Amino acid sequence: MAPVAPRSGDAIFASVEHVNAELFTLTYGAIVRQLLTDLEEVEEVNKQLDQMGYNIGVRLIDEFLAKSSVSRCVDFKETADVIAKVGFKMFLGVSASVSNWDADGTCCSIVLEDNPLVDFVELPDTCQGLYYCNILSGVIRGALEMVSMKTEVTWVRDMLRGDDAFELQVKLLKQVPEEYPYKDDE
Amino acid sequence: MQFFGGSDISPSPPPPTASGHNAHMMYIFNRSGICLLYREWNRPLHTLNAQQDHKLMFGLLFSLKSLTAKMDPTSADKGNLGVPQLPGQGCSFHSFRTNTYKLSFMETPSGMKIILLTHPRTGDLRESLKYIYNLYVEYVVKNPLYAPGTPIRCDLFNTSLDQYVRSIS
Repeated sequence: MAPVAPRSGDAIFASVEHVNAELFTLTYGAIVRQLLTDLEEVEEVNKQLDQMGYNIGVRLIDEFLAKSSVSRCVDFKETADVIAKVGFKMFLGVSASVSNWDADGTCCSIVLEDNPLVDFVELPDTCQGLYYCNILSGVIRGALEMVSMKTEVTWVRDMLRGDDAFELQVKLLKQVPEEYPYKDDE
Repeated sequence: MQFFGGSDISPSPPPPTASGHNAHMMYIFNRSGICLLYREWNRPLHTLNAQQDHKLMFGLLFSLKSLTAKMDPTSADKGNLGVPQLPGQGCSFHSFRTNTYKLSFMETPSGMKIILLTHPRTGDLRESLKYIYNLYVEYVVKNPLYAPGTPIRCDLFNTSLDQYVRSIS
């Protein structure tokens, strides 16, 4: 029996349960607001958002693999395409595009034209260093780590800071194949 | 404002094959070799204690995967035997059958391994294992009380698993 072909992001997005978009945006906004109140330091908030994203990512990867039936990507280029076309579509309902590949094929940019997390959001002057969507960088990092890729994800362009789009730079640090966990001595 | 309909676990379960016996047992391992779940429905003979049993099963699968990948006649890339492969890369074995049981195996790119032992006349269980993976995602991964990497203690998961396994061959 041939394996099931991977489903497109649109098909999966249509079949999963949805939550109201405004509820999602406002809940996320409340989380960031509360973190700012509790932690006060913008850098701390950035780190905490990244950590939260990482914890989400390590669980999200299983849901992603189960729903999309994507088999292992052959190289990092394919991985980035799958994240942008299937991953973002499936979970956030937006399509992203991949660009700016470097010569090795280990570093690329994922560009989001439309980002549901930032609807209605404006950054005040006191929070200019805040990466509001830093949870997304944590999610990507966590998910890729569970498929044996250590990456570094940073924001290059951020619309809340005046740029024209959201751009994430994803850099592959190394592939870590799984080691046999037990020592050879029975 | 966007509102959409809901749906339950997808894909929907494959139609049950012949009715009758339950499966024998089931293991779920994660990528570090920790046995997250061991369910036993029908196992008359126990030879090893639980720890050794899990290590043996994991070791067996690790070696089988490695062997089958290296012996692949269609693959151009021949690494050394013993070099760890990335899960899902290259060819992957999915079942073996003896005269008394059939072992079906599925590995995801995230390193989750699902193993089901059934009677030897069982058909291809790949779709069933995929459905079990979906059950795992719904009841375990999405469960906020579950810490990833620890043994699974979710009653809802156990009951829906038992129910589903009863319905396959």
